Amino acid sequence: MDLDFSETEIDRYSRHILLGEVGGVGQARLRAARVLVVGAGGLGSPLIMYLAAAGVGTIGIVDDDRLELSNLQRQIAHATDRLGMGKAASAAIAASALNPLVDVRTHPMRLDAANALDLIGSYDIVCDGSDNFATRFLVADACVLARRTLVSAAVLRFEGQLATFKPHAGPHCPCYRCLHPAPPPPGLVPACNEAGVLGAVTGVMGTLQATEVLKEIIGIGQGLAGRLLVWDALSARMRTIGLPRDPACSACGPAASLRDLSAHG
Amino acid sequence: MADPITLSLNGEPRALPGPLRLAELIAQLGLDTRKVAVERNRAIVPRSAYDTTRLADGDALEIVHFIGGG
Repeated sequence: MDLDFSETEIDRYSRHILLGEVGGVGQARLRAARVLVVGAGGLGSPLIMYLAAAGVGTIGIVDDDRLELSNLQRQIAHATDRLGMGKAASAAIAASALNPLVDVRTHPMRLDAANALDLIGSYDIVCDGSDNFATRFLVADACVLARRTLVSAAVLRFEGQLATFKPHAGPHCPCYRCLHPAPPPPGLVPACNEAGVLGAVTGVMGTLQATEVLKEIIGIGQGLAGRLLVWDALSARMRTIGLPRDPACSACGPAASLRDLSAHG
Repeated sequence: MADPITLSLNGEPRALPGPLRLAELIAQLGLDTRKVAVERNRAIVPRSAYDTTRLADGDALEIVHFIGGG
């Protein structure tokens, strides 16, 4: 790994390098890492900004939506004068302005069964901050097939959840389908545009998600593989509970039926 | 004669006739397992274990809602 840093890099990342757990080696790992962020929304906004600020060398942003006024109550990577712009491009502007040293790649497209494996396979770690279950299950299955670590956050109303899924890392590491075997039928679980979400809740969860991604890249601390972090903002209660593999899981269990993404249409 | 068991359900004590499996409790509570997961004693119970999980006196259960907003 390349451990040479320019004076500008040493200055910019000095507060990281000071940390014994990060140091020059950790900072070099961040620079070498390629992270894909699915969704440049409420979670993706702080996530992209903290990954860029931290010096994650390659950041991909997938989002095919355009910026709307109702996004700006929480999606703080964007700006009022960019209304109507593609959200991947808008977030890339903010990330590059914060740190021009990182390579920000925009993927203004909807992930589907035909493109997900290629895109995910060209990154090391995937972050899901998408706003719909179809994308969440597609990303989750693609990460299992491509053996990519998935750091997945979700929000609704005043609640947030966060977990890391990497069944390729060992028998105690579950996948997303170990927690939720299948998407809920349409209409059963509301989305943020139906039930609402407190903007700052997305900020906290996206920032926690960024923290877990940085830990995974640097290789420090106890990650959230095999655990689920649940935060209820109204009661100001955060807890982390065990999340075991489901031996009957259709994606990562011993009798898994997942072979490709054809079920995602 | 079955002994009653007292569970903590979302932090509230609840006395129920035992013995009781998790699947039976879920049915009694009318929970829709397509939109919730169940946590027992600080760990998620896999869906495939609902039928075989026997609840014990003092078990702490929490309902974890399935959310997917971003």
